[in-house]
Amino acid sequence: MEVFLQQLINGLTLGSIYGLIAIGYTMVFGIIGMVNFAHGDVFMLSAFIALILFIALQQFFGFDALAPSFVIVLFASMALTGLWNFVIERLAYRRLRGSFRLAPLISAIGMSIFLSNFVYVAQGPRNKSAPPMFSEVIKLTSGGAYDVTLSYKQILIVVVTAVLLAAFWFVVQKTPLGRAQRACEQDAKMAALLGVDVNRTIAATFVIGAALAAVAGVLYMLYYGVVNAADGFVPGVKAFTAAVLGGIGSIPGAVLGGLLIGLIETFWSAYFSADYKDVAAFSILAVTLIFMPTGLLGRPEVEKV
Amino acid sequence: MAPPQAPSPTLLRVERMSMRFGGLTAVDDLSFDVRRGDITALIGPNGAGKTTVFNCITGFYKPTSGRISMAPDGAIDSAALDALTRSGARGGEGLHLLERMPDHEIARDARVARTFQNIRLFAGMTALENLIVAQHRPLMRASAFSLAGLIGAPSYRAAEQAARDKARDWLDRIGLTARADDPAGALPYGDQRRLEIARAMCADPVLLCLDEPAAGLNPRESAELNALLRSIRDDGTSLLLIEHDMSVVMEISDHVVVLDYGRKIADGAPAEIRADPSVIAAYLGVPDEEVAAVEQEIGA
Amino acid sequence: MAETSSVRAALADAARYGLIAGALAFPILALRVEPDFSNKLVLETRWSWMLGAAIAAFVIRLVLALAPARAARRTLATAVDAPSAGGKTATRAIAAFGLGLIVAWPLIVLFTFGPAGALKWIDNYGVQILIYVMLGWGLNIVVGLAGLLDLGYVAFYAVGAYAYALLATNYGVSFWLCLPLAGILAAFWGILLGFPVLRLRGDYLAIVTLAFGEIIRIVLVNFSALTNGDAGIASIPRVTFFGLPFIAGPKGFAAYFDIPFSPIHRVVFLYYLILALALVTSLVTLRLRRLPIGRAWEALREDEIACRSLGLDTTKIKLTAFALGAMFGGFAGAFFAVRQGFVSPSSFNFVESATILAIVVLGGRGSQIGVAAAAIAIVGGSELLRELDFLKQIFGDGFDPTQYRMLLVGLAMVVMMNWRPRGFVSSRTPTIFLGERKTIAADLVQEGRG
Repeated sequence: MEVFLQQLINGLTLGSIYGLIAIGYTMVFGIIGMVNFAHGDVFMLSAFIALILFIALQQFFGFDALAPSFVIVLFASMALTGLWNFVIERLAYRRLRGSFRLAPLISAIGMSIFLSNFVYVAQGPRNKSAPPMFSEVIKLTSGGAYDVTLSYKQILIVVVTAVLLAAFWFVVQKTPLGRAQRACEQDAKMAALLGVDVNRTIAATFVIGAALAAVAGVLYMLYYGVVNAADGFVPGVKAFTAAVLGGIGSIPGAVLGGLLIGLIETFWSAYFSADYKDVAAFSILAVTLIFMPTGLLGRPEVEKV
Repeated sequence: MAPPQAPSPTLLRVERMSMRFGGLTAVDDLSFDVRRGDITALIGPNGAGKTTVFNCITGFYKPTSGRISMAPDGAIDSAALDALTRSGARGGEGLHLLERMPDHEIARDARVARTFQNIRLFAGMTALENLIVAQHRPLMRASAFSLAGLIGAPSYRAAEQAARDKARDWLDRIGLTARADDPAGALPYGDQRRLEIARAMCADPVLLCLDEPAAGLNPRESAELNALLRSIRDDGTSLLLIEHDMSVVMEISDHVVVLDYGRKIADGAPAEIRADPSVIAAYLGVPDEEVAAVEQEIGA
Repeated sequence: MAETSSVRAALADAARYGLIAGALAFPILALRVEPDFSNKLVLETRWSWMLGAAIAAFVIRLVLALAPARAARRTLATAVDAPSAGGKTATRAIAAFGLGLIVAWPLIVLFTFGPAGALKWIDNYGVQILIYVMLGWGLNIVVGLAGLLDLGYVAFYAVGAYAYALLATNYGVSFWLCLPLAGILAAFWGILLGFPVLRLRGDYLAIVTLAFGEIIRIVLVNFSALTNGDAGIASIPRVTFFGLPFIAGPKGFAAYFDIPFSPIHRVVFLYYLILALALVTSLVTLRLRRLPIGRAWEALREDEIACRSLGLDTTKIKLTAFALGAMFGGFAGAFFAVRQGFVSPSSFNFVESATILAIVVLGGRGSQIGVAAAAIAIVGGSELLRELDFLKQIFGDGFDPTQYRMLLVGLAMVVMMNWRPRGFVSSRTPTIFLGERKTIAADLVQEGRG
């Protein structure tokens, strides 16, 4: 029972991070039908940016009040990662929109390889261990075989995720930008004819997706305390799995899928085999795509003949 | 009065077919027959569900309900059809249930070939290659699944020569021999339409389904097309076509089925259809009451 | 007047790019985190890197804006796209010359550098490149002809390598028996994995093949009882000259042919072995392309729906492409194992799949010569990076040019997709003709509907 409760907490925390990344996949897929293969590496880049900014605040400004520096780092890395993805979209994907369907995917694979190796070259191959932050824990149960704990980190992750998702939901549902996004999803050409700036809308989608991935990156850095240039790939694939499982194109689906993948991963590690935990995620990805490509909340797609 | 003829046997029968996409009913309880040796036209205003009917017949969509049967070599026999339906099999003894078959088997076994509203040629392959690909099955058999072909066996060479001759005949018939080695995607629009028909014919169909073959053709091309379609029919392949151009429909078809909002509103010879007030109403958008008034006036 | 204002506009534009590049470079390039001796992270500043990035962006943008880029691009594109009658004979001459050079390569370098100096040139620049040429040609069947994006190709390479490694170390099965077995096993895995996934849309197919590739790698890592995990399988029997081992003793190859023993014999033999395997791959592919199955692959790439409307069983056709590609991957894998004498899961990660894919994508999907050229450029290029050690004197000891290999590969993929999305050699030759065989320009050839 204690193990179960602990894994539930851990799974939801991890799932929040996956959900934030998954939104980036799902939004881009929804609006231009592209699997943004480089999104996981954008996430990894944001974790590095966050780590560097954290240390810069301490080292150069002697600023070590944790909570305010967390807020500064969070917003700064959202902005910088957003700028990165803006430039990436502009240089690597925009011209390919009218090309054959696999062209943007191949370009994104190239971008993914470029980004991970760029960070590798710029920051070196070693794991970077961040100083521990928010490491206090609350004991939820004690006296049993096993103390169930809830760390401040975990609370912070879930709360930040919830708040930012709410803000994001407002943007997508209530603002002209969100309306333009939905219009482009339905029919980009028609939207353009009706005066929607399609290029700007798509750019905004990439920026928002990257900003949410940056939130995930900051929280990931905080949670695991270690980042590495190779860290984009596996979380990226898992978040993509989350997006597919939830129904690609559906934003609530991405969050739901993220939570499910987080839970499945932690429970799988706890009850079956930690060695094969990535196999679980990859298998879910394959099985979902093969047997229910519309996912849990996605809309069915009718093949156009 | 033309002397009454014994009706030719039924080749394709659609019975009570419906197709729904989510909440939208594209085709509603549709039944009609296609007779051997006929050119049957499926007409109706935009959005009437004609292409959906085509996609159901050729297996690209699975109808929500209903039965589509095809007898490539003989005639549809109701008793045999019911027995086949009960047996749960896809087909047998010259009878096929298309709603149970995947698309490529419909083309291969039930011998229904089709063209597409937005032409689907293999754009980067030459006109000749397009016609050779359509003869995949006999060539594949002759190449013994590539083994005989790999070693260049004479039997395969002969088969390839035969396929090339057949393709050349079709290129001659559609007047594209000179452009045989040009990529299909580089041909003018009207040529592409004819090439797509020739390609479908190279697959050796019993029933050829054409989705708006005259769309975008100029009057001269349209007349050539009519002649081509008639010659295909006279050579023994039945045709089912979707068409907007009434002059084409009235000129070449033997039998017309009219759809409106997914339902059949008329079914008969072109002359009957031309006079049918509900068809006129569907095309002109006249409200039902007025149709009733007109019907009363003419005593229908 | 117009001239100066356009220059001024270009300058302003380039300055904007420079600024953005500077901003992007700010934390990630300008500040490097490294743990100090107490394992606490500290930052090193490298403002010069940031400045360099900004200046590079500024200069590149300015050059692109001022150079008559479009005109240049057009002439180059037409030159490559539409080889005239003369161009065609030139292509054939280049191919013949290339093949001759490749066949004679070991002799040329032996003659030039002597046995000791030639080793590196035959092994690193010969065998290593040819492995990738073969893998590229194998994947080209799947990606280039059939238009299916396979991101897990390395899995079949791994199946072949492990098949030989396990059969040879556990049961002592000879390489010459294992080679066909490895191909058959890989093809079998190709069918097994391909069957459920081949009805998927192109981009989903790519992702699922990626997932399968990773699953196979993780299983190789964790199924230690069979595979010895991360440590891999060592002391795999080396290649023999059809039974004669390349050893110094009296039973060796050198003694049998009564020549002085030299380690170069084995390397030269490996070179010709992989060359033969690669040529078989290419010849079979070229031959199949002119058979119904090959035409069906290309038709599938052009338009899958039209294929189905003509009665082609697209699942089966995809499966044959997948299985055949896998088989050649399996052959290459067995060769890899016998060459290295050691296999471990780290040789079969996603980066490897991506490299092979990059070779096919850059070379031009469907083109044999393009793929070979891309393999030479990418693999030979990364070997060349190793030679650039002298750059350490400029950039300091920490500079390792080989680190830039994948960085450049990734960048090349992005640039190629934007510049020539169909790859360098992108025209297509018809497989059958009535009058004359005309090359088909790239813009008509489809790349798989995805």
